Amino acid sequence: MSALSDTAAPPIAVKIVISGGFGVGKTTFVGAISEIEPLVTEAELTERSIGVDDTSAVSGKTTTTVALDFGRITLDDTLLLYLFGTPGQDRFAFLWDDLVDGALGAVVLVDTRRVEDSFPAIDYFEENEIPFIVAVNRFDGGQRFGLAEVRDALGVDATVPIVECDARQRESVKDVLAALTEEVLTRRLGASGPGAVARREQGPTSPASRRHP
Amino acid sequence: MTDDKWPHAGHRPRYDEDPVVRPFMLTGGRTRPVHDGLRIETQLVAAPAALSAPLRFESRRIVELCQRSKSLADLSAALMAPLGVVRVIVGDLLTEGYLRIEEQPDQLSTSLIERIRDRVRAL
Repeated sequence: MSALSDTAAPPIAVKIVISGGFGVGKTTFVGAISEIEPLVTEAELTERSIGVDDTSAVSGKTTTTVALDFGRITLDDTLLLYLFGTPGQDRFAFLWDDLVDGALGAVVLVDTRRVEDSFPAIDYFEENEIPFIVAVNRFDGGQRFGLAEVRDALGVDATVPIVECDARQRESVKDVLAALTEEVLTRRLGASGPGAVARREQGPTSPASRRHP
Repeated sequence: MTDDKWPHAGHRPRYDEDPVVRPFMLTGGRTRPVHDGLRIETQLVAAPAALSAPLRFESRRIVELCQRSKSLADLSAALMAPLGVVRVIVGDLLTEGYLRIEEQPDQLSTSLIERIRDRVRAL
């Protein structure tokens, strides 16, 4: 466990949001690097299935439980990194503001077989000016597209980094998180430096160009 | 928030001893926390006197867990209770002075972000 002592400076908690469509590998991604079991629930609970394992047997079940992927990494004695996966289903979008508030940045995971599933996440981070990068999760046997093709399909600005990853591999996940922090730094320096205006003129791709199916 | 007035004892939510309860029974039916703006990762620490306070069930457990700082997410996972429920209970404990929020920097400095990047690379 961590070496946090009672006398040490209070730990700083930093948060990164892991987003993308349903089934794109968010749970795997968080689990590959977290030091704890990655699960928390949020709920709009009206009823609870009691002592029943097979919930399909419960008729008239009105429980709505949302599982949030949740990971924690102790970076050092006074620095904690939390990872939160956004719920993949649109109907839980109301949770996003809460998850994203104060986040360092976001990773949008993309499955090239279902690129459009990541549109809501990209729209959200663009609109809210949250630094993000796109990570293409390489599934075995999936058709490979070049990163330029993926960028076209996503309609993201040329300044948004796109990287490949394997959400099952800790090293790969680590590289993605490092790339995101690099992007956060780049944006920060760009925003205060002379390049800021040029960057802004280039502008983000209008969300209108991202045709939602 | 430490100078908040002690609420009337009778206003504390009542707890059901039956472990199978509707989650917001734990909060007296309230779904809105007293403290808004408490982030999911915000670090919470128990006041030294909290362990000897007359707290029960989830409140007691939270105070025990927060002998070392914990976030809402950590507490939710440990208690196996939904975040919204934990948020309400934590809000009460903050109001009553049993918990406090670890101060965090308003904005992450560039050097801190660089430190995060370097530490992530070194994982």
